[in-house]
Amino acid sequence: MSITTKALYVIISVIVATIYGLALNGVVRKIYARVHGRFGPPVWQPFIDIIKTHGNNVAISHGIMYYLGPVFRLAGGLGTYLFIPVIFGSVVFSNFSLAGDLLLVMYFIFFGQLGMALGAGEGGHPYSPIGIARGLAQMTTFEVPFALSVIALAIQYNTLNITTIVAAQQGSILNWTLFTNPLAVVAAMISLLGMNMHSPFSIVLAPQEIPIGPPIEMNSSFLATLQTNRGLFGAAKLVLFMNLYFGGAAHANIFVALLIMILKTFIIYMFSVFVGAAYPRFRPEQSMRFFLKWPTLIGIASILFVAYF
Amino acid sequence: MDKKDMKNIEKEMKLANEGLSEKERTLFSDARPTPVRPLNKYVEKFLNWARAESLWILGYGTGCGAIELRPLMTSRYDMFRYGIAPRPSPRQSSVFIIGGYASLKTIKRIVRSYEQMQGPKFVIALGSCTINGGMYYDSYYTINRINYYIPVDIYVAGCMPRPESLIAGFNKLKENIKAGKCDGMNKYAKNFDWYKANQKKIIKDWNMPDYNW
Ligand code: SF4
Repeated sequence: MSITTKALYVIISVIVATIYGLALNGVVRKIYARVHGRFGPPVWQPFIDIIKTHGNNVAISHGIMYYLGPVFRLAGGLGTYLFIPVIFGSVVFSNFSLAGDLLLVMYFIFFGQLGMALGAGEGGHPYSPIGIARGLAQMTTFEVPFALSVIALAIQYNTLNITTIVAAQQGSILNWTLFTNPLAVVAAMISLLGMNMHSPFSIVLAPQEIPIGPPIEMNSSFLATLQTNRGLFGAAKLVLFMNLYFGGAAHANIFVALLIMILKTFIIYMFSVFVGAAYPRFRPEQSMRFFLKWPTLIGIASILFVAYF
Repeated sequence: MDKKDMKNIEKEMKLANEGLSEKERTLFSDARPTPVRPLNKYVEKFLNWARAESLWILGYGTGCGAIELRPLMTSRYDMFRYGIAPRPSPRQSSVFIIGGYASLKTIKRIVRSYEQMQGPKFVIALGSCTINGGMYYDSYYTINRINYYIPVDIYVAGCMPRPESLIAGFNKLKENIKAGKCDGMNKYAKNFDWYKANQKKIIKDWNMPDYNW
């Protein structure tokens, strides 16, 4: 494949994922509103918000790192997404899948947060370091069950290549990791709750105590970049989970495959939305203890499970 | 005009930040706000539509009228369906709501927050107190007219106005934004000296930078 076609495919794939991620955010806001007994904003509200923030005619910057913060964050989102094959067997949506890409993806999930930490720190607002400290601490803890569950997968499928892992789950629904290694899925889904930062684990953005935390000084285009990344990164995480645990999306017809992808990721996302709508927020230390207790034990159990049974 | 004159004029245009101590002056910007030229007509129209449909509010509950802001977020009035959402930081919000009377102490914060908002920015003044002083018109410590100090786009009259009238105010603001009539930010930049003089006239302990970019 020539480099231009590949570039074209990647651009298509990134745009589709971003739009999907943002639309998903809109739908979720609507669902939350319905849970509260409201009508809620229209589904396309996130898009209007991004246009508006981009359209601001002044943007204040606090220095070079502040400038680079959102860029790093977007790079983290892009990096995560670009190494995940979105649709199994499709040329357009295969992105840059390569051997061992799972490790790279895990690294990129962390990368954006670190970049953002440096950038937001320069903003000088006291709430951003608090948010960052909470974010990094929570991230380190939910990474533990997720990493354990990935190790279990690596033992089970003998590979760190996402495409191979998806390939191994094809054929029947009973081949999904969900059924072949349920413990790993439980551990990973709990850490997904932390990753998505919905209610019990929303200590990072915590609108009531540290008004939205890290990005509090971000304005205009800086904020719009972060919002765009939220759509892309959100979609990337969900696609990763779908690939690793729920059989990926595969069909001869690309549109059917896309539909399958949308359906599966939507259901995966709904898990954290429902938990979020029903539970109040943890305090930072509670959230960290939580991740290091049961999910970690379940993660270890899943490794023992694949290694000895 | 030669280069030297230009430099002198620029120097004079700089803000003195006289309220600050000698050491602090260098920490703050001394640039004045400059009016922003609109973009291409159609682009601006499109952006104005987006601005009107996504109003992020910075609510400043200065007086009793602010109590009517809270019900807007509840399921009974649900402002979110109009694309209005609260935002915790002046940097990110586009609509500033002055919730009632402003005392001399709060007008200082109002000015600071207003200047920190990134344009285009709109101001809704809530309650009779912000229009002409309302029932505090002869009080020694409240100011009577907000728009002497910052440009106001919409007034919502009443003491106190019901949430419905606030929503009506929002809808009027939307109309005005879409029609391109809300240019408070440029108005502030163009009449900067007038606004500053008014502000400094009443704020006696001026210990902040002249412009809080
Ligand atoms: S207008 Fe009435 S309700 Fe509003 S701040 Fe003034 S006195 Fe209070």
